[in-house]
Amino acid sequence: MNPRKRSGIRYISFRHILAPAIILMFVVSTGRAAPDSIGSIRDTTIEWPTIDEVLRVVLLRDYNTRVVVIGTMLLGLAAGVIGTFILLRKRSLMGDAVSHATLPGIGLAFIIMSRFGGSGKHLPGLLAGAMITGLIGMGLILLIRNTTRLKEDAALGIVLSVFFGFGVAILGIIQKMSTGHAAGLESFIYGKTASMLAADAQLIAYVALLILIVCTILYKEFTLLCFDQEFASSQGWPVVLLDITMMVLVVIVTVIGLQAVGLILVIALLIIPAAAARFWSYNLLTIVIASGIIGAFSGLAGAGSSALIPRLPTGAIIVVIAASVFIFSLVFGSARGLLVRIYQHLRLLKKVGHQNLLRAMFEWWENHDTSGQSRIHRQSDTKGAELANSVCDRDSDNIGNVEHSSRDIRWGELLALRSWAPRRLRRLIRIAIKEELISQLSLGSYRLTEVGKAEAKRIVRNHRLWEIYLITHADIAPSRVDRDADQIEHVLGRAMVDKLERILASTSPDLAMPSSPHPL
Amino acid sequence: MARTTSLIDPAPDIIADKGVTDQNDVPILVQDLTVAYHRKPVLWDIDFSIPEGKIIGIIGPNGAGKSTLLKAILDLIPKASGRILIYGKPYRQQRAKVGYVPQRESVDWDFPVNALDVVAMGQYGKIGWFKPVTRKHKTLAMESLERVGMADYANRQISQLSGGQQQRVFLARALVQDAQIYFMDEPFAGVDAATETAIVKLLQQFRSIGKTVVVIHHDLQTVKDYFDYLIMLNMRIVATGNTSEIFTPENLQKTYGGRLTLLDEAVQAIAREGDRRL
Ligand SMILES: Nc1ncnc2c1ncn2[C@@H]1O[C@H](COP(=O)(O)OP(=O)(O)OP(=O)(O)O)[C@@H](O)[C@H]1O
Ligand SMILES: [Mg+2]
Repeated sequence: MNPRKRSGIRYISFRHILAPAIILMFVVSTGRAAPDSIGSIRDTTIEWPTIDEVLRVVLLRDYNTRVVVIGTMLLGLAAGVIGTFILLRKRSLMGDAVSHATLPGIGLAFIIMSRFGGSGKHLPGLLAGAMITGLIGMGLILLIRNTTRLKEDAALGIVLSVFFGFGVAILGIIQKMSTGHAAGLESFIYGKTASMLAADAQLIAYVALLILIVCTILYKEFTLLCFDQEFASSQGWPVVLLDITMMVLVVIVTVIGLQAVGLILVIALLIIPAAAARFWSYNLLTIVIASGIIGAFSGLAGAGSSALIPRLPTGAIIVVIAASVFIFSLVFGSARGLLVRIYQHLRLLKKVGHQNLLRAMFEWWENHDTSGQSRIHRQSDTKGAELANSVCDRDSDNIGNVEHSSRDIRWGELLALRSWAPRRLRRLIRIAIKEELISQLSLGSYRLTEVGKAEAKRIVRNHRLWEIYLITHADIAPSRVDRDADQIEHVLGRAMVDKLERILASTSPDLAMPSSPHPL
Repeated sequence: MARTTSLIDPAPDIIADKGVTDQNDVPILVQDLTVAYHRKPVLWDIDFSIPEGKIIGIIGPNGAGKSTLLKAILDLIPKASGRILIYGKPYRQQRAKVGYVPQRESVDWDFPVNALDVVAMGQYGKIGWFKPVTRKHKTLAMESLERVGMADYANRQISQLSGGQQQRVFLARALVQDAQIYFMDEPFAGVDAATETAIVKLLQQFRSIGKTVVVIHHDLQTVKDYFDYLIMLNMRIVATGNTSEIFTPENLQKTYGGRLTLLDEAVQAIAREGDRRL
């Protein structure tokens, strides 16, 4: 499972984001469309829209534009929603193979329809053809996977390339057969909303709504299927049927997305919004909704730009917009975005450093305390009283009982206590002084303030409770606990400390300030 | 129902052997079971039945077919031959009586749900098609999280749980199923001593209220402490019976030591044959 975990994202970033992005950059920077070989882009110049045209599109004044933009938006919404499930089901690549498998269906439908006297470009007919070969492709993948020893990736590769190649060949035949009539079929490869009629857009809108309804009704079932197929099956859910339902929805989205996005890039509209949404939440429902919104936005903006500059391939624009949202989410996402993670990491580092400094000073002071022995004695004397208010934040005045050494720790001694870099130590000290936890009496000579001592005592106590717990309850060797405790104590919350106290109360007598279980 | 099944197989001698008169009292009865992956048999002629209200261990070396046996019982993989009855009926009709705790690695723990959501999944079968999870189900899920000591973690995203905590979440999900028989695939794998003790306590609680628990286990040290009844497996049944009687050096030797070389060779031959035909 693991190696395939992020394959969806990686796969898309190479083939589906970069390629259209490069084409688009090329187009925009030169003001010329990409060369002929890019299929549908035959025109050589781009006419930038006038202000008036921009307003017409933005305000959706034109009926046709309005329908097309809304249709594409609903398409994006539906793709984002079902895309979340196939991303989680790790079926991204299957979606891609299936979308490529629609091409021969389009060609064959065109041939059949023109043979029987139709125009050949009747959209529902073409889409029905696409749907049929798409489903056949999906069936073949499952067949190859289940009956031969070939792995799924091989099955996907075979179906994708064979069907796509077959489709390209059919388009070639059509071109020879009836020149002129077939022009426009290639727009199914790269997507072109400009060729979309209001009726087409309406069809897209209805189908998209249908998909949304099915996903809503089957939300619970799809979730279980994606998370734990075996368990679902053991509970009697028809896993195969659910799986097929999900993939059929994917085929349907693909098919209605052919006109707007094109079959090469439609997979991006399925996966990128979902992948982007994951950076914003850990909650499935939130992710599904966010993914739908990102998809809808991409569709809306893509169709809008395409209405302004009709010669740009719509699919590429939609994908570039979705990819921009993805990159934005990757950096700024509130759940797993880079910045959040860096921030959390830095904060933890700072906290760890801060706690290590105070602990080091406190333990040093414990060792160099002139009344060291008596201190330990006194502690066990007052054990009962201290246990009663064992939460040491509250008994910080307890420290007053213990007279501390008048000796202050010197820079060199401090540096030798742990393996910390001088620069880091200096910075930690500076911060601690600013927070009035440490005072600097003379240059290079430090002492814990009263506040600092209380804080340090709390930290040391947590550390030792944790160490004792590790030794008594987790069978970790005393020589190793210091390091293990180090990793965890910094994230110990109030609740966990309470729990530790409860667990250790029976076994450890000196809970208020246990002595270190290993030589310091 | 019992009549029709006995018509198909008029002489279930294993039942006669055990002196059990009514199959409906036997939690699990396996007869003549053979399971193969791509024509390569991994379980041969498995016959056994297990007693009710006991903690039953399945032990055997890696690749012995322990997980495969559980999956066959739960109808997750096709059988090449044989039949399995749960309280006298096929698994299909008895799902409500069975709880399943899969191997922890079998799911993607990075999935965007929290512990409570996972536990609630144990009730999806009862909730039925199309209906959403309600507050009532969440309350039940919460109760079973409490029983495994995980109430504090209900809203934690599952990837932020430790291995032992994840295992407890899976147990809670099985608990909420409120079954008669529980199947657990290596529940002690990768958990610390404290969690292991907690899980064992839970299993003993189950036993005390008459539930049957079947556990795949790897640590031979603890077999005697944990299990009343044992199934020793290595592609075929080596021994089944009360732990005190069959957990012997000879049986261990048969299960773990000295691979069944002849059987192994036969398997390889069959697999090769299969390759050639494909
Ligand atoms: N999906 C599969 N396809 C092909 N062979 C499989 C499959 N699953 C398991 N096997 C094979 O079946 C045999 C038994 O596997 P199984 O997982 O049941 O063993 P196990 O006793 O659970 O082992 P472990 O202790 O490692 O969990 C092994 O030889 C394994 O290679
Ligand atoms: Mg196993």
